[in-house]
Amino acid sequence: MTATGGPILAVHGVSMVFEGSGGRHAALDDVSLEVGARDLVAIVGESGCGKTTLLRIMAGLQRPTTGEVRLAGVPIVGPEPQVCLVFQHYASTLLPWKRALDNVLFGLRASGVEGRQLRDTARALLDRMGLSGAEQRFPWELSGGMQQRVVLARALIRRPRVLLLDEPFSAVDEKTRVSLQEALLALHAEETCSIVLVTHNLDEVLHLSRRIIVLAGRPARVEKVIEPQGELLTRETLRSQLTVVRGRP
Amino acid sequence: MTRFPGGRALGFLLVAGLLLIWEAASLARLLNPFYFPPVHQVARSLVGSVLDGSLGMALFTSLGRGFAGYGFAAILGVGLGAVAGQHLFVRQLIDPVVEFLRPLPSPAIIPLAILLLGIGSSMKVFIIAWACFFPILLNTIDGVRGVPPALIETARNFGLRYAASSLTVVLPAAMPAIFTGLRIALAVMLILTVVTEMIAGNNGIGFLLLEAERTFRIADMYGFIIALGLVGYVLNRLFQMVDRRVLAWHYAMHQVPAP
Repeated sequence: MTATGGPILAVHGVSMVFEGSGGRHAALDDVSLEVGARDLVAIVGESGCGKTTLLRIMAGLQRPTTGEVRLAGVPIVGPEPQVCLVFQHYASTLLPWKRALDNVLFGLRASGVEGRQLRDTARALLDRMGLSGAEQRFPWELSGGMQQRVVLARALIRRPRVLLLDEPFSAVDEKTRVSLQEALLALHAEETCSIVLVTHNLDEVLHLSRRIIVLAGRPARVEKVIEPQGELLTRETLRSQLTVVRGRP
Repeated sequence: MTRFPGGRALGFLLVAGLLLIWEAASLARLLNPFYFPPVHQVARSLVGSVLDGSLGMALFTSLGRGFAGYGFAAILGVGLGAVAGQHLFVRQLIDPVVEFLRPLPSPAIIPLAILLLGIGSSMKVFIIAWACFFPILLNTIDGVRGVPPALIETARNFGLRYAASSLTVVLPAAMPAIFTGLRIALAVMLILTVVTEMIAGNNGIGFLLLEAERTFRIADMYGFIIALGLVGYVLNRLFQMVDRRVLAWHYAMHQVPAP
């Protein structure tokens, strides 16, 4: 919650209907949820149920058909730089003609600020992400895990109030996934931003999130909110709770 | 692809060998010397036109027109291509016009251009720009359409507005395709520069070449043809240098050798 007690990001009655040549397709139906200050929320649901659409709406990249998203009480009506979205296909969001350090600095391109101090900040962020020595390498010279770290550093240099991660570790191997999860937890401990994470990985959900929002149905609705604190939530109990909702997480 | 260290030198040797055969065949009258004057006569003629400044002046005039047309085509083609590549509506809007005009051979509109613009430089610049415009436009549209949507959305998410996102993300990402269009257009530029000067000119390298043929100065004619070939070669090499520099990341990323 914010200093005034309200949520930092609030989704109110959001519905999304796509109109295309194939007809109308309802993706989200009356979705409401809240993200508190320094919250760590996981959104889970079947593939194609509208999780990514919801993240895009939360970042202001897509206008909902009905409903609204508010950042600290102010409606989001367009791309919101304080809500930073890290896409699932993160590698394609790195600029291949810029080196890692310049890719991180690109996060601040719109703000127009530049200077030696910022380069030092970017370098420090890369160091923190375990990429010291890789500042001058191009994205295509980095492994998938390293690319993901550059993307996270680029998001963090903006000092966003909310960080939205769309299946951030789905394309990396198990060892890299674990190390990236630890890096994310460390970031959350040090940074002031809230994190909303979309993932299919139950271990990841259990390990990273304080609250689990389950989307289900076509169009998707918020079916359940699970708060693991205070109860011993195991992979099996989480799976059974999700199975009750959808049959399969 | 492996580069042969002495490959280029061998290529030059091949050219020298062909010139020697030409020289010998002409002197031995195996080739009619009226139509194929010996190479030393052609060389003398070429050096003469360099020394008296006529060739330099003609090339200056021709390339001035050529690059003016090429420049207009590049600005319009890349500008319109960047917008059309990002918006289906604009593509649908321009598609019938582009697909009707594009197949028209550029020399076919020279009479119309003469009618409207006269026989001066503006007509020639217009024709060159016309011919260069389409390859640049179509390659830019293709390149922009190939930019990953997530890259553009990331720029929007970072607060970059349309123009800033187009200039700093979309166009650099589409640059390999844009350069393909610019490379094709460079060859087209040289062709149309010469053609327009031959059809309606009183100066420029195309005019000099045709005038030499009409007044039976055959050695001069060959000299101008060789000069044009050299200009084309130098322009292409310069373009490759820029290409290698601007697209170094692209060639390294895809592990393909630069041209």
